[in-house]
Amino acid sequence: MSVTQNMQVPREKEPWLEPGHTYASVTDKIASAVLTRPLGIGWLAGFALTFSIVMMLFGACAWLFTKGVGIWGINIPVGWGFAIVNFVWWIGIGHAGTLISAILFLLNQQWRTSINRFAEAMTLFAVACAGLFPLLHTGRPWMAYYMMPYPSTMGIWPQFRSPLIWDVFAVSTYGTVSLIFWFVGLLPDLATLRDRAKTKWQQVIFGMLSMGWRGSARHWRRYQVAYLLLAGLATPLVLSVHTVVSFDFAVGIVPGWHTTIFPPYFVAGAIYSGFAMVLTLAIPMRAAYGMEDFITRRHLEQMAKVMLATGLIVAYGYFIEFFLAFYSQNKFDFFMTEQRLHGPYRWFYYALILCNILTPQLLWIKKVRRNIAALFVISLVINTGMWLERFVIVVISLTRDFMPSAWGRYSATVWDYATFIGTLGLFTMLMFLFVRGLPAIAISEMRELVHQESHGSEGHQ
Amino acid sequence: MSSERHSQIFGVMGEFSTPEDLLAATRKTREAGYKHIEAYTPFPVEGLSEAVGFTGFRSNLVAFLTLLGGIGGGLSGFGLQYWVSVITYPINIGGRSLNSWPAFIPVTFELTVLGASLTAVISMLALNKLPQPYHPVFNVQRFSQASTDKFFLCIEARDPKFDLIQTAKFLRSLHAQHVNEVKDEE
Repeated sequence: MSVTQNMQVPREKEPWLEPGHTYASVTDKIASAVLTRPLGIGWLAGFALTFSIVMMLFGACAWLFTKGVGIWGINIPVGWGFAIVNFVWWIGIGHAGTLISAILFLLNQQWRTSINRFAEAMTLFAVACAGLFPLLHTGRPWMAYYMMPYPSTMGIWPQFRSPLIWDVFAVSTYGTVSLIFWFVGLLPDLATLRDRAKTKWQQVIFGMLSMGWRGSARHWRRYQVAYLLLAGLATPLVLSVHTVVSFDFAVGIVPGWHTTIFPPYFVAGAIYSGFAMVLTLAIPMRAAYGMEDFITRRHLEQMAKVMLATGLIVAYGYFIEFFLAFYSQNKFDFFMTEQRLHGPYRWFYYALILCNILTPQLLWIKKVRRNIAALFVISLVINTGMWLERFVIVVISLTRDFMPSAWGRYSATVWDYATFIGTLGLFTMLMFLFVRGLPAIAISEMRELVHQESHGSEGHQ
Repeated sequence: MSSERHSQIFGVMGEFSTPEDLLAATRKTREAGYKHIEAYTPFPVEGLSEAVGFTGFRSNLVAFLTLLGGIGGGLSGFGLQYWVSVITYPINIGGRSLNSWPAFIPVTFELTVLGASLTAVISMLALNKLPQPYHPVFNVQRFSQASTDKFFLCIEARDPKFDLIQTAKFLRSLHAQHVNEVKDEE
C-alpha cells in the first residue's frame, strides 16, 4: 500500500472533508464498498489468514477445555497471568471507540464523524475478545453463569462487595451499551443500503436490519434525542469501566496495586492504546478503500495529538507510582519498584518505558504527526507498550510480593500465546467482515458534514 | 365514490433538492393550515421537526422515559444487592455491617446506565413505530432517494384540508420539483 504518496502542503484551515463532495457522492463512495465492490484478492487473502488464526484459537480453546487451565503458564503466585493481561489490554482498546463516538460527540468535535463508525465496531470486537479471557480462565466457561445473580438451588448469591463482580456488571453493561449505540448509529445507514441494494439478498437483509427507517422529521427528532442521551450515558460508563477494571487491582493489597492513581491512569492508558489501535486500523483501511477524502491527514494528526496527551498522563502515572514508592516509605512498595528496575523482568519494564513514554514524544513534531508511515509504526509500538504495561503490573507485583518464600516466576506457555494471537486473529477477522458487510463510515453523518461544510459553519478545532 | 377513492390515497408528496427549500416549504404548508404533514430527509435537518408541528413534551418523551429507565435501573440494582446481601444471603464477616452501601455503588451505577440506555433505544424505536416493514411512502418510486440526497414533504390524506388536486397544486406552487400521489395498497 502506498501510504506515503500524495503529500501536500498543509493549508491554513484544512477541511475535515476534501472539497467537492455532495450528499450523493459521499453516499455512493461509502455504500459501494459494501454493495457493489467485488471481493479483491487482498481482502480474501487477509480474511483467509485471519480465519485460520481463529481456527488456532478454537484449537487452543478445545485443548483448554479438555485439559484445564493447567496448560497455561499460570500457577501460584501468578494465578491470572496472560488471561488478565490480555483482558485489560483488549478492554482498554475498546475505550477509544466509545470516547470518539460519545465524548467527542458531546464536545461537538466534527472530526469524529468519519472515524466513529469503525471505531465503535473496533470497540465491540475488542470487548468480545476481552470477554473471552475471564470466561476461558474459569476453565469451565459453561459454568460462567454462576457469576450472575440468579436464584440457584444451591441457595448462594454473588458477593457484591467484590471488584470481580463489579467487573461482570461493568463489562457486560459496556458491551450491551456499545452494541446498541452502534446499532442506533447504523440505523439510517442501513436504510440507505436498503434503498440502494441491487440484489434480492441485500434488499432482504438490509430491509430487515433497517426496521423500516424512513427518515421522517419525527423519527429524526426522537433519534437525535436518543443518540444524545446515549452519548451522555456512555461517557461516564466508559470512565467507570476501566475504573472498575483498575479496582480489580487497586482494591487488593498487593504492592504496586494498592494505589489511588490506578483509576485515572488506567482510563488514560485505555484511551491511549485505543487511539493507537484506531490508527493501526484506519491507516490501512483508508488506503485500501480509497477513503483518504474522508479520513484525512488532519484526522490522523488529531488522533496523534490525543495519543500524545493521554501518553503524557500515563507517563505521569508511572512517575507517581515511582515517587510514592519512595515517599510512602513502604518497604514492600519500595522493593517492588526496585524489582521493576533490577529484577528478573526488568527488560519488560525498560521496553515499556521505551514504547510508552519515549517513542510517543516524537509526536511533538508536526512532521511526524503528518507522516502516515511513522504514525502507523508508532501506533504499533504503543499497542505493544500498553500490553507490556499490564504484564509488568500483573507479573512483577505477584512474583515478588511480601514473603520471599512465596515468590515465584511466571512464563507463558505456547497455549497462552496461541490464545492471545488467536484473539488478535478473531479481532482482525471481524474487522475484515465489518468493512465489507456494513458501512465503515457513518453515511448520514457525512451528509450532515457536507451540509455544514457547504454552509461555512466550521466546527471547533 | 370519491370517499372510496380517497381511502386508497395516503397523501401527496413533493420533492425538494435542498434542506433549505424543504424547510421553507414545510413552514408555508403549516401556515396554509395543513396539520397532518411529514417531512423526510437523508439526515436530520435543524428546525424541521418543529416545522412539521412536532413540538413540546411529545418531542421529548424519549428523554423523559430514559430518565425513568435510569431511575428504575438504579433502584433495582441497589435493591438487588441489598436484598441479596442483607435479607436472603447475609454473611457475617467479623461483625461488619451487612448493608455496606459504598461497595454497592459500582453495580448500582452500571445498572442505572444500562436501564437508561436500553430505555432510550427501545422507546425511540417504539415511539417511531419501528420495526415497520411497510409504509405507504415507500410506494413512491423516487422515495428511495430520501436516503441519499432528496428531501420530501408529504401532506397526508387524513388532513381535513386535503384535496388531491388542490393539495398537489399547492405543493407545485412551493417549487417542489416532483409531485407524486402516495398510494396506500393495503
